[in-house]
Amino acid sequence: MLNQWLYIGIFVVISVFLPGVAILLARVLSPKKPTPIKNSVYECGIETYDKTWIQFRIQFYLYALVFLIFDVETVFLFPFAVAYGQIPLFMVVEAIIFIAILMSGFLYIWRKGALTWR
Amino acid sequence: MNFIDFLKDPIMAIAEWLGNLLSTWGVSDSWSTFILYFLGAAVLGTLALLLTLIFIWAERKIIGRLQDRFGPNRVGPWGIFQSVADMVKIFIKEHIIPDGVDPVPYHLAPVIVVASVLMVLAIVPLSSTLAGSDLNVAVLFLLAVGGLGEIGIIMAGWGSNNKYALLSAFRASAQMISYEIPMAIVLLITVLLSGSMSMSDIVRAQEVPFIILLPLGALIFFIASIAENGRAPFDLAEAESELVAGFNVEYSGLKFGMFYVADFLRAFISAVIFATIFLGGWRGPGAETIPALGIIYLVIKSLFVWFLGVWIRGSLPRYRIDQMMMINWKFLTPLAILLLVLVMLTGKLVDNAGSFIQVVTMLVLNFILLAFAVWVLRRREKREKIAEIGSRSRPVARPDNILKNNMMEG
Repeated sequence: MLNQWLYIGIFVVISVFLPGVAILLARVLSPKKPTPIKNSVYECGIETYDKTWIQFRIQFYLYALVFLIFDVETVFLFPFAVAYGQIPLFMVVEAIIFIAILMSGFLYIWRKGALTWR
Repeated sequence: MNFIDFLKDPIMAIAEWLGNLLSTWGVSDSWSTFILYFLGAAVLGTLALLLTLIFIWAERKIIGRLQDRFGPNRVGPWGIFQSVADMVKIFIKEHIIPDGVDPVPYHLAPVIVVASVLMVLAIVPLSSTLAGSDLNVAVLFLLAVGGLGEIGIIMAGWGSNNKYALLSAFRASAQMISYEIPMAIVLLITVLLSGSMSMSDIVRAQEVPFIILLPLGALIFFIASIAENGRAPFDLAEAESELVAGFNVEYSGLKFGMFYVADFLRAFISAVIFATIFLGGWRGPGAETIPALGIIYLVIKSLFVWFLGVWIRGSLPRYRIDQMMMINWKFLTPLAILLLVLVMLTGKLVDNAGSFIQVVTMLVLNFILLAFAVWVLRRREKREKIAEIGSRSRPVARPDNILKNNMMEG
């Protein structure tokens, strides 16, 4: 088992290394002639106004929160899914009740209109 | 070892030969494992990046043909060296770094985005003997690596010192995390059926490919993986024909090229994942005894799925962001949950029945649910139409409407 994680570790290092080296190589090969106009931020063609890191829509935050419900749900359900072959019907019903509780939260959010993009 | 045996499983034969060579040189066992893994990972990663050149060319060519154009046809026969020429050009282009970027996220983002795509390859079983890493939590690894891509995109948008890039990054990552949910739930169903989170166990469990057991699940997974890759018709975060670019506006030179490579490579790799989970991966006639065939089967299946994705990209119009969010949250997610609950229940009910009955039950269940989903969609479509023409005083300007009104007045 440790060997498997070793391979993953090596793969992570290599998959960061390959694009990193390619970019560094291109940095060395490419010309460097910066001018103030060239280095200005593109945006929409007009000179940029005010700070970039502004407040953004609350909508994105709501989606992130709803995502969290499901993420937690799937993380809890994966061990259940692995054990599915050995468990009786009763436990499956329990899992369905667990899903139903989470889905009631989902329905609440839906009725509140948090899922409608405005 | 004769030549036929070598042809049956060339990669393992080479690995064995190298291992023997290393042990005769007096390298200890753990070090030789390390070296073999390192070589394997390096070859796989490099091969994937180089194959991307072919995929870019093929995709441009196929979409060109679908849209009644030639596609690239100048450089080499059938324009096959077009992407090589592009690569050479992009390699020697200037890296423009705009003023006021946040340096760490800005420079790291392209690397992380490509890495998140490449890492998925580590867990794909390529044949019956050759599995990159037979991780026992491979499905979770798959979801985690998908999350890494989102971090890369957010970093690109955040570091660029550009409001539009930031907005696009938020949109792209909202899209990606949203579509990860139906994907995760469908993965959950496949884990349910195979009883393991390891990829090679999922492949081995597919005596009957999961696409026959779960056609609806496969459909949901396919749509979600297209959306998660941010490809047409879900490519509104970086719509090429409408915007200059998305979160990668401020990138130039090879840094932009890396986003481009990641985009095209991800299309193929998600097809590989689809083929592994739903089409039986390396399984096929004779793949158990001749592992080399397994790789060929896997590539053929993935190419088929990949072609479907390209076909969709070439023919469907783009969705708006509200439509895209609605498709996910109000249609795909509830449908996936419903499928999960029903599969859980019926799986237990037909537990003791023969495998044929189990397969038929699942198939029928899926089709009933699919019919139900289509019925819901149709009903919704009817309501939408009424809402559109709703205001009676101002009829929609359509030829038949105008004609009718004129006739009533006349």
